[in-house]
Amino acid sequence: MLQVSLTKRRGEFTLSAAFAAPTPGVIALFGRSGSGKSTLIEMLAGLLPPDEGEVQLAGTTLTDTRRGIAVAPERRRIGYVFQDARLFPHMTVGGNLRYGEKRAGAAPRYIRFEEVVELLGIGALLGRRPHQLSGGERQRVALGRALLSQPQLLLLDEPLASLDAARREEVLPYLERLRDWLSIPMVYVSHQFDEVLRLATYLVLLEAGRVLAAGPVGDLSLRAELRSVLAPDLVGSVVDGLVTAVDAAAGTVELAVGSGKLKVSLREAPAGTRVRVQLLARDIILATQPIQGLSVRNALLGTVVDVTPEDPTSVLVKVDVGGPVVLARISTAALEALRLRPGDAVWALVKAMSTRGHAFRLFGAPARRA
Amino acid sequence: MSPLLSSAEADALRLSLEVATRSVAFSLPLAVLAAWVLTRVRFPGRTLFDAFVHLPLVLPPVAVGYVLLLLFGTRGPLGGWLHAHFGIQLPFTTGGAALATAVMTFPLMVRAIRLSLENVDRGLEAAARTLGAAPLDRFLTITLPLMLPGILAGAVTAFAAGLGEFGAVITFAANIPGVTRTLPLALYTAMQSPDGDALALRLAILSFVLGLGGLLAAELLVRRVRRLLGR
Repeated sequence: MLQVSLTKRRGEFTLSAAFAAPTPGVIALFGRSGSGKSTLIEMLAGLLPPDEGEVQLAGTTLTDTRRGIAVAPERRRIGYVFQDARLFPHMTVGGNLRYGEKRAGAAPRYIRFEEVVELLGIGALLGRRPHQLSGGERQRVALGRALLSQPQLLLLDEPLASLDAARREEVLPYLERLRDWLSIPMVYVSHQFDEVLRLATYLVLLEAGRVLAAGPVGDLSLRAELRSVLAPDLVGSVVDGLVTAVDAAAGTVELAVGSGKLKVSLREAPAGTRVRVQLLARDIILATQPIQGLSVRNALLGTVVDVTPEDPTSVLVKVDVGGPVVLARISTAALEALRLRPGDAVWALVKAMSTRGHAFRLFGAPARRA
Repeated sequence: MSPLLSSAEADALRLSLEVATRSVAFSLPLAVLAAWVLTRVRFPGRTLFDAFVHLPLVLPPVAVGYVLLLLFGTRGPLGGWLHAHFGIQLPFTTGGAALATAVMTFPLMVRAIRLSLENVDRGLEAAARTLGAAPLDRFLTITLPLMLPGILAGAVTAFAAGLGEFGAVITFAANIPGVTRTLPLALYTAMQSPDGDALALRLAILSFVLGLGGLLAAELLVRRVRRLLGR
């Protein structure tokens, strides 16, 4: 558990944030730039003293202004991956990686040098200097350096923000590996929802220095607070399913979601994998009867939970599909034509190709690589 | 006895090198400390301290030599103490010439070191901190290596300038052959004697070559270190 309650005034801006998130897992601090994400993460690391507040990690107090506790950053065992990597220019990649490892002292070692090098695919870079690396390579080395200091918490401050799309794709899979194979708690700062979707288990939504909402990603995807900061096209419920069948040729898998089945685009996820999908509200079609002769293959039967007006022309309909809830955006005219009311049975139709799955291995069990 | 140089010339050259070396060795740690204080520590009177460090640049060297004589003379407050406790006497000695040179070249050294310290990315120190490095550890493994180009530049410039320090040396340490008669003092003495023209010219050329060599060496060294640091 990571418990945070911090206040910091900086000129006109006041950050006052509190949340308690389960660990291990990836806690995303999500919000627009200027919402206080970086201030918050610097205080977690101990690099910035808060005006008031507390930080507790797994029952250990790291900061408590009332009791005068402020553990120095060098003694917190909190790894930090900066947006700009901050590799030491006068050392080789190997030297950078060893820097934190040498200083880990008596901390329990859960990952060895060779494992980090293999996990992050940086074996060929060890003799190079930081200025000879690409942006994506730099971030992978920074990640490895932080890991080798054997941290009990890893902070990632928009590690992909300075990378282009191709370079981001060069780092993201490694972050997924860390999450799935080492059960190290992470705090991931981002203003890109697709990164949150792909990595986070718990979401803390920040706006103007306050926590607007916090909770598991799936729960928050149904909340109005998240919709208020997302572009309308990104609104959609996030649901988890288990892979029941794989169609390798088509690059799709079949997921058990609630009481129904869903086919989504996803490669390399064996049966039994937990998969997260975001079902975009704009991609969901509602029908009051089962439909024949349609190219859409995914149909989930559910019940209308409620109807929320979005703007004068559209509404969001929440449909419970046997546990998970799906959000559908339909026009006000369609709502009137279908006469949908809470409690009505509907079919939610989802186009397979428009939905991309993200695989998550199950947490809890130490799923280290064999 | 070198075939190229007369014994007086060789003495002057040897003394200049010794004085400059001792002066750099003495002032380098203090210059790093002063640069650190001026860059990283905020305290009342910082501006005054800054001006004080730079004072030798603008004072007449003779005035600096005179103040040193007042302070470090055997009856001066510092000189008396040094003499009583350690038996050290500075005026009219090679060590005294080195002290006068150190004071005169101190601002040059501090400026170069300070500039390099200001260019050290504080973010790298913060990164080292999150990796478990305590303050002294951070300074030795991150800050100091990154300051190295400035430290080298400062040391070599101060060394080259120290070879030629005149006013403060002659005032504080006098012009004693073989003890404090460095290159510029020998040059001055040659100019004062009726038949010293040829010697004066030779010493002037020697000073010129040394100065140029020193500055070139500094530049090459700094470039090399920068390359090692990947910049």
